[in-house]
Amino acid sequence: MTHTIVPAKVYVGVWAVLIALTFTTVAVSKLELGEYNFIAAMTIAVAKATLVVMFFMHLKQSSSMVRLFVVAGLFWLAIMFVFVLSDYLSRGWQPIGQWW
Amino acid sequence: MALRPAQRKRTDKEDPLAESEVTLEALHPRELRHHFDTPEQQLESSLLGMWIFLLTEVMFFGGMFGGYTVYRNLYPDAFASTSQYMNVTLGGINTAVLICSSLTMAMAVHSAQLGKNRAIILFLLLTLFLGCVFLGIKYVEYHEKWVDHHIPGPHFQYADARYFHQAQILFFLYFAMTGLHALHMIVGAGLIIALIIMAARHRFSAEWYTPVEMIGLYWHFVDIIWIFLFPLLYLIGHTK
Repeated sequence: MTHTIVPAKVYVGVWAVLIALTFTTVAVSKLELGEYNFIAAMTIAVAKATLVVMFFMHLKQSSSMVRLFVVAGLFWLAIMFVFVLSDYLSRGWQPIGQWW
Repeated sequence: MALRPAQRKRTDKEDPLAESEVTLEALHPRELRHHFDTPEQQLESSLLGMWIFLLTEVMFFGGMFGGYTVYRNLYPDAFASTSQYMNVTLGGINTAVLICSSLTMAMAVHSAQLGKNRAIILFLLLTLFLGCVFLGIKYVEYHEKWVDHHIPGPHFQYADARYFHQAQILFFLYFAMTGLHALHMIVGAGLIIALIIMAARHRFSAEWYTPVEMIGLYWHFVDIIWIFLFPLLYLIGHTK
């Protein structure tokens, strides 16, 4: 088929990084960083998800058509979040800046 | 079905249609459906369809993540207080188990690309086993919540009376999100069993292994959902 075959070494390497990042996220959550705890946890989660999508799900080698669809899907997810949060955060129910 | 060269030459002269049949056979390998021009185009269509399905799943889970974000914004202290009742050790182990199962799934697809049928079955069995380990640990966690009366409803109990109602919202979200995730795992396990049966019947080859690749994408997607669920549900307010 079309895919150039990724060597197994790459998969094992990505796996090792994912496991290391899992330990990192647990370790970082034990530090007192205030609101940065949430930011750090989400940054690590996004990094892990990106590794899975790029290497395990082969998006790195996928056609631009597939990539365009993935970006469009994430854009639509962003629309949903922006519209929901712009409603709830602007109601004055809770002071903004406290939510983590 | 391939005709010997000598035979083909003779039929060429006698019947032009016979020649076209031979050409079709050569152009269309067994794996290639006739409405596709090339195997590349056929794979591309499957990949695109699978990604679109997964993106609808992203929106589906996205609604729950949105609900979580809104309520966490409204009741930050109550949500942070629940994390002391989450079993971070079991959650962390489950995260590692899922990442390992993603590796074995990637290796199953890798074996399929190389046409190694026995390796496909071995890696799929490993993936299935790790998936079952995840669900088993999830069962232990759910049982803990049951014993602690942390299941939302008439029997819900919470040590901090101030957060009695608000913590119930978090536990509701916890069960809805992890439950939906576990449901996806169970469906995935069924699909892997189907793949194992197909592999045992030698249905896959280096030329055609599309189902392995598609179920692989699904399995990795379920892993990604857990990658986000773990910090959001287990690690909030973990410092306290």
